[in-house]
Amino acid sequence: MIKLIVFLPLLAALVAGLGNRMIGNVVAKAITTGALLTSCALSWPIFLAFVAGNASPSVTPLFTWMQSGGLDIAWSLRVDTLTAVMLVVVTSVSSLVHIYSWGYMDEDPDQPRFFAYLSLFTFAMLMLVTANNLVQMFFGWEGVGLASYLLIGFWFKKPSANAAAIKAFVVNRVGDLGFMLGIFGTFLVFGTVSIPDILAAAPGMAGSAITFLGMRLDTMTILTLLLFVGAMGKSAQLGLHTWLPDAMEGPTPVSALIHAATMVTAGVFMVCRLSPMFEAAPVAQGFVIFIGAATCLFAATVATTQTDIKRVIAYSTCSQLGYMFFAAGVGAYGAAMFHLFTHAFFKALLFLGAGSVIHAMHHEQDMRYYGALRKRIPLTFWAMVAGTLAITGVGIPGLAVGFAGFWSKDAILESAWAAGSLGVEGGHLAFLVGAFAALLTSFYSWRLIFLTFFGKARWTQSEHIAHALHDAHGDHHADSDHDNPPSQEDAGHEPAQHGPAAAGLSDGTGGYHPHESPWSMLVPLIVLSIGAVAAGQVFHHVFVDPEGGLAFWNGSIAFDAHLAHASHEVPTWVMFTPFVVMLTGLWIAYNNYIRDPGAPARFTAMFGPLYTFLLNKWYFDELYNVIFVRPAFWFGRLFWQRGDVGIIDRFGPDGAARAVQGGSVLTGRLQSGFLYTYALVMLLGLAGLATWAMVRF
Amino acid sequence: MNHDMSASLLLVAPELTLTLAGLALLIWAAFFGDRHATGISIAAVAALVGAGALTSLAPAAGGNAFDGLARVDAFSTFAHVLIYFAAAVAIIIAPRFFRAHTPGGHGLMRAEYPILIVFAAVGMGMMVSATDLMTLYVGLEMNSLAAYVLASFIRTDTRSAEAGLKYFVLGALASGILLYGMSLLYGFSGTTNFAGIAAAMGADFSGGLVFGLVFVLAGLAFKISAVPFHMWTPDVYEGAPTPVTAFFASAPKVAAMALTVRVCIEAFGPTTLDWQQIIIFLALASTILGAVGAIGQRNIKRLLAYSSINNVGFALIGLAAGSEAGVAATMSYMAVYVVMTLGSFLCILQLRDAGGAYVEDIARMAGLGKARPWLVGAIALFMFSLAGIPPLFGFWPKFLVFDAAVRAGLLPLAIIGALSSVISAFYYLKVIKTMAFDEAPADAPQWTAEGNAVETGLIGFTATAISPLGYLAIAPLAYLSGNAALALFR
Repeated sequence: MIKLIVFLPLLAALVAGLGNRMIGNVVAKAITTGALLTSCALSWPIFLAFVAGNASPSVTPLFTWMQSGGLDIAWSLRVDTLTAVMLVVVTSVSSLVHIYSWGYMDEDPDQPRFFAYLSLFTFAMLMLVTANNLVQMFFGWEGVGLASYLLIGFWFKKPSANAAAIKAFVVNRVGDLGFMLGIFGTFLVFGTVSIPDILAAAPGMAGSAITFLGMRLDTMTILTLLLFVGAMGKSAQLGLHTWLPDAMEGPTPVSALIHAATMVTAGVFMVCRLSPMFEAAPVAQGFVIFIGAATCLFAATVATTQTDIKRVIAYSTCSQLGYMFFAAGVGAYGAAMFHLFTHAFFKALLFLGAGSVIHAMHHEQDMRYYGALRKRIPLTFWAMVAGTLAITGVGIPGLAVGFAGFWSKDAILESAWAAGSLGVEGGHLAFLVGAFAALLTSFYSWRLIFLTFFGKARWTQSEHIAHALHDAHGDHHADSDHDNPPSQEDAGHEPAQHGPAAAGLSDGTGGYHPHESPWSMLVPLIVLSIGAVAAGQVFHHVFVDPEGGLAFWNGSIAFDAHLAHASHEVPTWVMFTPFVVMLTGLWIAYNNYIRDPGAPARFTAMFGPLYTFLLNKWYFDELYNVIFVRPAFWFGRLFWQRGDVGIIDRFGPDGAARAVQGGSVLTGRLQSGFLYTYALVMLLGLAGLATWAMVRF
Repeated sequence: MNHDMSASLLLVAPELTLTLAGLALLIWAAFFGDRHATGISIAAVAALVGAGALTSLAPAAGGNAFDGLARVDAFSTFAHVLIYFAAAVAIIIAPRFFRAHTPGGHGLMRAEYPILIVFAAVGMGMMVSATDLMTLYVGLEMNSLAAYVLASFIRTDTRSAEAGLKYFVLGALASGILLYGMSLLYGFSGTTNFAGIAAAMGADFSGGLVFGLVFVLAGLAFKISAVPFHMWTPDVYEGAPTPVTAFFASAPKVAAMALTVRVCIEAFGPTTLDWQQIIIFLALASTILGAVGAIGQRNIKRLLAYSSINNVGFALIGLAAGSEAGVAATMSYMAVYVVMTLGSFLCILQLRDAGGAYVEDIARMAGLGKARPWLVGAIALFMFSLAGIPPLFGFWPKFLVFDAAVRAGLLPLAIIGALSSVISAFYYLKVIKTMAFDEAPADAPQWTAEGNAVETGLIGFTATAISPLGYLAIAPLAYLSGNAALALFR
């Protein structure tokens, strides 16, 4: 069964990708979507069996990959609790995104390719989560990276999409290098790449030392740090996060599937999968806490200033991943996985909702040109509200009712505090940072809702809307794209229905009438809304409760029941802090964007430098540009112009070619056609040879 | 004496057969003229085939004939077979060409052509068996005189006449150099016998012998057209009738190369280090100049002339090694080279425009690939093989000579040889590119598809031999060339 789950998407991807135009849009879409729905339907029973506690971990061997000396790598599919969680997350979100894409990508000329990529991605992600050894995990790791690259650059005619795809790939390579070194080092130390073997041996390695870069370092620290660098790259943690916001150049369903719900959480998954290794390396854990908390704060601050709806959610993703990491860092792997689980639902929901808004607004992504959409696209509005309630963690502490994010985020914050109290360095700090980030989360999430759905319509200033209206003035509707043949940029746009333009000029709508998205897009929103509302309530006892968690995780992660217990015993003010900051954030957002729309402008005027700093994302891109990109270009030019063209080409191929050409001309000239020349050459040759022979003699 | 005489005659049975056949054919031609040219040609080919068959009579251990004037052994047999095969092919491909060139177009070739080839073959047969300076010279001159006539065979064509004249004058100069060297060798060693010369050199290697050695090698280098004694080659190859060019590029090259090998090993054996220097120089100069010089050529025959200079250089690399393996490699190289070269010329002989005129200008062959795809495919095979590109058989002997050179400690020679083969690949590939990929010019010839079963069959045979299927021949080729080399080093 697990084989079906994993390989159906691959099969579908091959059929759709290779069949492409031959089999047509509908067949390709039906095959990929059908395969994913089947995978999803097969995954849930597995997960529920683990929840019910009547399933045991299993490993399904496929075949040997390579065998060389002590290196023994087999393809196999591991199913345990951790995998089961990832299985449902991946297949559910993926199948919903497939369905959603029927509507969103409806007008794209390359639909089979898109669906093939989506399915390929799902396959790679499933290989990653079912890996029983590090090399297979790396295969999946690179596979999702490839799919991510292909999908970010899906509209390859857009230069910005290509640049973003390359950036994602290159930044991920940096992380992958760390991961690779980690794998090599692990093999060096443990003599195996089999995950169960490594995890079994890991505790015994604590405290041993290894020589790395000429220094004696703690073995487990160096290994886990290297592996964590890989996780940082894939999960866009501070330092290697720069690719994620740019990845929003890809189609919105891709952002929802890959850059929110699944691929970016692979780093968290990896840390949890290898949690016994991290448990044996306290220094590395401290680093994980630090990076997680820093990312959490950084991304949340940046998200407050962005105006692109997808970028806000992207930074939000980054920030939420930070939560997961510091949870893993303090040892609350259950909480980290729980947040991963709930986050997948509400973040996919937010992204797909955003996609629905963008779809309705004729590809306008700037929130400054939204407003007053609540009545126009009510279902999308309610779905987005559900997602926002989940991400901001709305719930009532003490009564044990709340949306998904309430359960998981509170579990993380409480775990952090509890860990701090138990002596984990940085635990309390992580709690404070996390709480502040929660305030920011609440603020930017509601800011998004208020800007988009409330207030007055500000659509007239949008070029995209203007474009749509301009088209509507064409002779008749069928010609609406006549001067702009279905380009990739317009993919997924549904020709807007228009009334007389003059009618809406006064109310800021410009006469534009946004329409609710088709059902294929709304159904996934509804399903995910249910998940966002209920996932926490339903599953919290198995993920994070001390007793339930121990039984549920069943050794697949280093679940610390003691810590879980302690996190339920935190002081009341700790328990209420998230609630309070959530309300504060909501109030600030309400005050700034509904009650007093002039407030943000006054604020930016007052704190200009801070605002600019945040708006420019802490100048990370600029910094990297100066530190890495420019020197790299400089070196590239140096080697190209001076080294390659100037030296290698000049004295190598070009020089040789010139010499040969010159020789050819010379030979031609010598071959004059006159007998005396020929005889002279012969005699000179004879004289030369004779002289040489005599000299040697 | 009587017994000796009959044994000697038996040993040279192939040459004897050819001589008698040549004389008989001459009389036949004198009586019936050109009308019987076809019959005479067939008889000449039959004589060559017969002579080839008679080589099998040679005793396995070899035997000296005429009191040490000649020696028949595995080495001479190997060369004989190649020479007779090439000579027969040169006769077979001639009629169609000469018919097109006959003044008045009465559709006959001249009867002298096959007879001249037969006499040349006799001379070459003598060359490869020679173990005495006298046999050497007589054989060489016999071949050369026939060749001078053949080069200027189309008397009405100034290019052909010019080719013959140039060849004759320069050939005379080379013969003079050779003779001078031989007289020095005789003067300082007191004998014309190879073994005697070797003994004298081993005993006392004087300055006179050094000069003799250099002059003799220079005279032989002229025949194999090694640089710097190659100057006649492009002009003669271009001017001579194409079948004659094919003949020059194949049989005499084998004969002269075999003769050079035998002289170096048998006569100059004790002074290997001295002649090795000269051979290395000749090899290097030939490979490099053959490769570089060909690049500017526009005429396909001229290009193949440089190609033959280049190939001779490679074959000399094997000899330069001075080892048994090196000699075996050289002989293998010549065998494969003959097949490749004959195949190339066979293809060139198919290139006729609507008027029946032969096209030699490479630029005019653009677009040939569309008109005659199979022919261009065959040419591509030969060019790739000549360039020594691996799946084709032309790669194998190149590998052998480089291998022998490296084993003999001549790594730089092998490297320079390999580099020059890279250069030569350029013009081979350019020919293919022009034919297969370039657009036909506006004045492109209307290619005639007129075929000839025998020629097509020969192209098919040679193409198969140098195709990857040729690798099946590695074992027998290695056996035969190994035996041939062993005969010299016994």
